[in-house]
Amino acid sequence: MTLLPLDLVGLILTGWGGLGLLGLVLPARLGRSLLFPLITGLSVLMAGAGLWALQGGAQTLVLPIGLPGMPFHLRLDVLSAFFLTLLGLAGSGISAYATGYFRRMAETQAGDFQRLTLLYAFFLASMGMVLVADDAYFFMVAWEGMALSSYFLVTTDHEIPAIREAGFLYLLMAHLGAIALLLCFGLLQSGAGGDYAFATLRHHSLSSFWSSVTFFLALIGFGAKAGLLPLHSWLPEAHPAAPSPVSALMSGIMLKMALYGLLRVLFDLLGQPLWWWGALLVGLGSLTALYGVLFAAVQSDIKRLLAWSSVENMGLILSGLGLTLLFHGAGQETVAALALAAVLYHALNHAFFKGLLFLGAGSVLHATAERNMAKLGGLIRVMPWAAGLSLVGILSLAGLPPFNGFVSEWLLLQAYLLRPDLPQPWLNMVLPLGAAVLALVGALAGFAMVKFYGIIFLGQARGLVPGEVHDIGFWERFGMGWMALGCVLLGLFPSSVILQLDTVTHALVGQGLGASAARHGWLWVTPVAASRASYSPLILFAVILVSVGLTFLGVRRFFHGRWRRAPAWDCGYPFQTARMQDSADGFGQPIKQIFESFFGLSREIPSPFDPHPHYHSEVRDPLWALCYLPLVRGVARLVKVVGGLQQGRISTYLLFSFTTLLALLALVTGTRP
Amino acid sequence: MTPVNWLLQGGQEILGILLAPLLMGWVGIWRAWLQNRRAPSLMQPYRQLFKLFHKEVVLAETASPLLRVTPYLLFGCMGLTASLIPMVITDLPLAGAVDVIALVGLLSLARVFLALAAMDVGTAFGSLGARREMLVSFLAEPALLMVFFTIASLNASTSLRFMVTGFAARGFYLYPSLAFAGVAFLMVLLAENGRIPVDNPETHLELTMIHEAMILEYSGRHLALIEWASALKLLIYFSLGFALFLPFGLTDSQQGWGILGALILFLLKLTVMGAGLAVLETVSAKQRLFRVPEYLGTAFLLAVLAILLHYLLGS
Repeated sequence: MTLLPLDLVGLILTGWGGLGLLGLVLPARLGRSLLFPLITGLSVLMAGAGLWALQGGAQTLVLPIGLPGMPFHLRLDVLSAFFLTLLGLAGSGISAYATGYFRRMAETQAGDFQRLTLLYAFFLASMGMVLVADDAYFFMVAWEGMALSSYFLVTTDHEIPAIREAGFLYLLMAHLGAIALLLCFGLLQSGAGGDYAFATLRHHSLSSFWSSVTFFLALIGFGAKAGLLPLHSWLPEAHPAAPSPVSALMSGIMLKMALYGLLRVLFDLLGQPLWWWGALLVGLGSLTALYGVLFAAVQSDIKRLLAWSSVENMGLILSGLGLTLLFHGAGQETVAALALAAVLYHALNHAFFKGLLFLGAGSVLHATAERNMAKLGGLIRVMPWAAGLSLVGILSLAGLPPFNGFVSEWLLLQAYLLRPDLPQPWLNMVLPLGAAVLALVGALAGFAMVKFYGIIFLGQARGLVPGEVHDIGFWERFGMGWMALGCVLLGLFPSSVILQLDTVTHALVGQGLGASAARHGWLWVTPVAASRASYSPLILFAVILVSVGLTFLGVRRFFHGRWRRAPAWDCGYPFQTARMQDSADGFGQPIKQIFESFFGLSREIPSPFDPHPHYHSEVRDPLWALCYLPLVRGVARLVKVVGGLQQGRISTYLLFSFTTLLALLALVTGTRP
Repeated sequence: MTPVNWLLQGGQEILGILLAPLLMGWVGIWRAWLQNRRAPSLMQPYRQLFKLFHKEVVLAETASPLLRVTPYLLFGCMGLTASLIPMVITDLPLAGAVDVIALVGLLSLARVFLALAAMDVGTAFGSLGARREMLVSFLAEPALLMVFFTIASLNASTSLRFMVTGFAARGFYLYPSLAFAGVAFLMVLLAENGRIPVDNPETHLELTMIHEAMILEYSGRHLALIEWASALKLLIYFSLGFALFLPFGLTDSQQGWGILGALILFLLKLTVMGAGLAVLETVSAKQRLFRVPEYLGTAFLLAVLAILLHYLLGS
């Protein structure tokens, strides 16, 4: 018997599950130093299996477990393979990091750590199961397994009330999404007849109205997981609450499961899209991106800033997905393939740089036990490793060449700029606005990242004692180094990556990008034609190095290299304290001022003559008041009405039973022929 | 691509680097004349740079390696960018590797490093400057991108080379969208180079500084490199403007004498426009910092209007 990629994937998933169970029985200390490296190894293997399966061909497998008559169907096609690769690549870096990160927890809270090992491994395995599921039943089982294991991971520190609340909100949204997904699959099945296998659902015969309803349900179900506006509110609460490697898994990988689900339902199961689905997604996605980045820029909690930035990146990804749908629906497969390649590329990039930054934030948190940026600062001098590797992360996230974030944004911009020729003339005119939003979002992301890095790592320490802060250990360096290397390599070799994506775009929109993008060799990316646009990060990187090196050598050759240290000048002002630097709030203040009416902002600014000044500023999400609170009030009102029935007297309840009985009798006699 | 092209590209980089302080001097002279002051010599910027290069570097005690790397990185990026823009010839060999979007990215990379280094020492003015610089850039950068997108859509290419030759091939023609894009570009040029409605390059009032506040902690050769890089940035924006809005006279590497003519024409454009910049700065007043978002928002909207107009009119 020959080993096929799907068998390998199945073995790895079983392996993850088994390691998790083992973690429950092994002593915590042994579990950490043995199981987490093994999980890492399996992740690397998963990346290999994914890459192998990406070469083409689909395999199926039916497992005789599940409900009677409803076995689990497994299928590994190129779309699943791409996301399995993403899971493996990002998962291995994060798991390696987790080996070192949980050291203290394994020593002091052995029981908690054992549970965490189980949940961590199950979380990885359930994400893998989502990707290979080939029937709605197994998909939902895996999807819910993913939601539950991540819920328990989020509430690891359940002693803190805010974390319990965040976990509850997450669970609630996950279940609202799951209901929408159940209905979505139900509709698909009713249009197809027969069982719930995806193979059956593909042959549905839904009218355009019902397929639109299915689209909406999928959008709600997966959008709730992806943080699409207005279903995003759980994301900036739940992602920061989890332990940092888990935050990295959730932001880096789990959000991409929502993208996978949307791709699977929209392109594979639902068939030909209607034009306005794409337009809606472009609009919602762009809005989400703008909303997310504005909120990221004004946060002062390290991890919350990163979580809001995940909302932004998912918005970009979904707007690109909308673009793909739009052009795919209009039969313009070249542009569709370009947009889809940009979407997949950005998903991969986001997994790397956001994973890296959450790990970096975790290191800061671990070393200082401080999440408030206003109390950090100057960490580059005591944590050079964490600071250096995080620098790669922020440059990638800010979309700067030659790092990876730039490549995917560049591809997406190219997709916007290819002169569209849609049947709806007004859409052709409005689409450039999407490019404008993308440009604005990219620039704001730069602002947020300068704030993030500058406040945490640069400047002088604000109140922390530097001697107590330690840099990261071997495993953390390894994990963050892996992610940083990914950011650099994905940025430098885009045409090789695009060639790997070719099979996926072929499978989804029937056209690949590789043939044209890599036409001029592996050095160059030319999405359509060289005269249209070309980019070569490796050459750019080389000439930057040469240019900077020549500058350095020239200055040294013609002048001198003398230098000495002295106190900072600061315009000659003699009394300088660390508190005179910008705090996180101070740095975000221009954004607050410009977009004041947009934020739900409440501020208390002290008078300049106040000897004990008190400053308070709080940014609230206006959508919370606009969408969620009315819902809560409605439910509360309903509960009150229902509560009115509960008198607590037995005679009242007997009266209810009596009237119900009478009504039923009337109904039965009324309907009898 | 032949070795001649590479040589020409290298030559253009050196030309840009050598010319940049001269442009600063020229603008300074005109400003002095218009303000009824006695003008310094045209060579003054070179003398200042020379003096700074000879001085010792004094590093703040709290400075990390980031502060020491940034001047070189900034100068390297700016020099590289200058070599990528068709100042004289259009068929530059590196132009294929870096299109306009990457060019904006390169400028932005330099800016992010400058802002980060400003926060590195941890003084009040450093972080103030970094915050303001990022405030200006997050509105100016998308406006610049939209200007480029308008022209890219007109010529169906984001490569600077084809954007420039596209116009040349079609001859002279008035594009309404270009008018909007041109105004937006001018506004961005003023903002990005710390010119008067947004920032004052000669300011000594700490509270209104943007660019100057970021570079307070540099000295000696580091300061010289940063000053030179800002001069280069002005030249870069000028030559970008010439290439996109006044592309006449540009040639390719095949024509020996054409190159000389193009070079003379380029210098002529710089002379006229440098004086124009000084006039523009003299007749306008510096705005309050919180009027800057309005100013840049206008630039952004004009650029967006330009691209919408292009799609509406097809021209």
